[in-house]
Amino acid sequence: MTSIFPQLRNNAAAAWVAMFVVAVLLIALPYLAGTLGNAWVRALAFMLLYIMLALGLNIVVGFAGLLDLGYIAFYAVGAYTYALLASPHLAQNFAWIAQAFPNGLHNSIWFVIPLSAGIAALFGILLGAPVLKLRGDYLAIVTLGFGELIRIFLNNLNSPLNITNGPQGITLIDPVTIGSVNFARTQNFFGLEMSSVYLYYYLFLVLTIISIVICIRLQNSRLGRAWMAIREDEIAAKAMGINVRNVKLLAFSLGATFGGVAGAMFSAFQGFVSPESFILNESIIVLAMVVLGGLGHIPGVILGAALLALFPELLRHTVTPVQMALFGEVIVEAEVLRMMLYGLALVLVMLYRPKGLWPAPEHGINPVVQRHSRLAA
Amino acid sequence: MADIVLRVTGVNKRFGGLQALSDVGIEITRGQIYGLIGPNGAGKTTFFNVVTGLYAPDSGQFELDGTSYSPSEVHKVAAAGIARTFQNIRLFPDMTALENVMVGRHVRTKATALGAILRTRATVAEERAIKQRSVELLEYVGISKYADYQARTLAYGDQRRLEIARALATEPKLLALDEPAAGMNATEKLALRALLEAISRDGVTILLIEHDVKLVMGLCDRVTVLDYGKTIAVGTPAEVQRNPAVIEAYLGAAHADVATKASA
Repeated sequence: MTSIFPQLRNNAAAAWVAMFVVAVLLIALPYLAGTLGNAWVRALAFMLLYIMLALGLNIVVGFAGLLDLGYIAFYAVGAYTYALLASPHLAQNFAWIAQAFPNGLHNSIWFVIPLSAGIAALFGILLGAPVLKLRGDYLAIVTLGFGELIRIFLNNLNSPLNITNGPQGITLIDPVTIGSVNFARTQNFFGLEMSSVYLYYYLFLVLTIISIVICIRLQNSRLGRAWMAIREDEIAAKAMGINVRNVKLLAFSLGATFGGVAGAMFSAFQGFVSPESFILNESIIVLAMVVLGGLGHIPGVILGAALLALFPELLRHTVTPVQMALFGEVIVEAEVLRMMLYGLALVLVMLYRPKGLWPAPEHGINPVVQRHSRLAA
Repeated sequence: MADIVLRVTGVNKRFGGLQALSDVGIEITRGQIYGLIGPNGAGKTTFFNVVTGLYAPDSGQFELDGTSYSPSEVHKVAAAGIARTFQNIRLFPDMTALENVMVGRHVRTKATALGAILRTRATVAEERAIKQRSVELLEYVGISKYADYQARTLAYGDQRRLEIARALATEPKLLALDEPAAGMNATEKLALRALLEAISRDGVTILLIEHDVKLVMGLCDRVTVLDYGKTIAVGTPAEVQRNPAVIEAYLGAAHADVATKASA
C-alpha cells in the first residue's frame, strides 16, 4: 500500500485507514453508479478492463521505454483464445472437434484464462524478437503494423478453414462460471440480488487488484530496475551486465499477459467478439491512458485509464440531452466529440503537465542548490 | 610468475580507411593501477571500448584472470568481471543514486520475474542484500547522503563517484575508468585520486584512461602510451616520461631531441 500512498510510508495506521476507505468505495461504487442506470455499472466494468490493459502497456512503454502502438493485438489474442475455447464455433465448423465435443467446446475458465495469458505472452515474444534492435519511431511503426496484422488475420481467417468466422465474429461465448455461480444470470447471495454486470464488476475488480500488486512487485524488483535501466540508458545497462535482449523480451511478454487476461474477460463479458473491437484506435486510446496519467507511474496510469474509460459514458449522457435541450436536435454525435476532446485533452496535458496528470514524484533537488539554501537559512 | 588479471594481445581495429588500433596489447598485474595515456585521437577510448565489448575488434586475443573471453557482447564482458565507467557520464538519470548502484548488483544476483511476483523468501532476502550492499557502496564513495536523490540532480563530481560505485557493485576483477577526471577542478581531482587509491588498496585492479598526465604519473604503477593506434611505450611512469617517443608524441620532434640530449 505504501507504494500507492508514498506520503503515508511512515504511518502504517493512516495507510490502513486509507486502504479501508478505498476498499469500501470500490465495493460500493457499482451500487452508487447503479442509481444512474445499469449502463454506468457496465462502464465501470469496462473501466477496470482498461485499467488492466493500461497497466500491461505501462510495463512495456512506461517501465522498459519501448513504444508499442499495437498493444491491442494482445487483447485480441486473449479475447479470441477465450472465444474459440468456450463457444460452439469450432465444433460447428470442424467435424473432428464436433465428434470429440458434441456440445461444443466449453472449457473451464481456470484453464482458458491462464492459456489466454500464456498465448498472449507468446505473441509478445513473437512481436518482441524481431524488434529488439529498434527504438523510438521505428519501433512504434513496426508494433503498429503488428497490431494491424493480427486484426487483419482475425478478419480473414474464415476461409478456407473457418477459424475466426471473419468479420461476423464469434457469438454464443460462455459467460464466466465459478463453481455453481453463472455470471450471466442474476445471483442471490444471502438475500442480496446481484445482476450480471455487478458480478463482472467484482470479478474484474479482483483481477485489477491482482494486476496492480503484480505491477508494483515487478517495479520494485531486480527485473523492474533492469527495465528502467534500459529505458534510461541502454548502453550503460549493457555495461552493467544486463542482458538487454532477454529483459526486453520479458517486458513484451509480461506486458502482453495483462492484455491476454483482459481480452479473455472482455470475451466472456460481451459474449461476442469481432475484429472491429481491436482496431488501431483502441491501441492509441490505451497508450493515451498511460501517457495522460503518468508514464511509468502506476497510480497515474490507473487514473488515466479511469478518466479516459469513463469519459465516453459521461459524454453519452450529457452531449445528446444538452443538444436536444438547446437546439432541439443532435448536431454533433457524442462519438465524434469524444475523439475531438481526447485530442484536446492530450494536447493540454502535454502543454501543461508533460509528465502526465499524476507523474512519479521527483527525488531530491540539486545538492548544490540545497547547500546554498541551508547557508541562507 | 606475475598474477595477470588482464592480458590483451594483437588488437586491430579499423574504421573504414582509418586504422584506429594496430597490434595493441596490454598486460595488467593484479592490484595495479594501470594507466593508458596518449594524445587526442591516439585510440585510447577505442581500445577501451574493444576490451569492454562495445566495439568488435578485427583481431586480438583477450584473457581475463587466466580464462580467455571474447568481447562480443557487452553484458557478457561485465559478467566476466570487467566493470567500466564512461567518459561522458552515463548514469540512469531518473533513477535514484541508490537504485543506480542496485542496478549494478543485477549481474551478481538472480531473482526471477516469478520470484518477484510471488515475493518468495529467497527474493526478499536477496533484495535486502542488494540494498544493503548498495548503501555500503554509496558510503564507500562518500555520497550516501544523496541515496534517495535522482542521479541527474547530483553534482558533477558526485555523479562520477556514483558511476564508480555502480561499477564496483558488479564485483569487478578489473575496474576500467574512462577519463574519470575529465572536467574536474583541482580539488575534485585530489579527492578522486584519494578514492582511486582507496579502491586499489582494497584489492581492486584498475585500468585508467586519462588525459591528465600529472594524475596518471602520480597514481599509476605502470603506463602504456598510445599514439596513432600504436603502442609507443610501456613502463613505469618515470621511465615513460623520459622516453623520447613519448615526448615526441606529446610535444613534437624538436623537444624530443632536446630531452634526449639533456638526459644524456
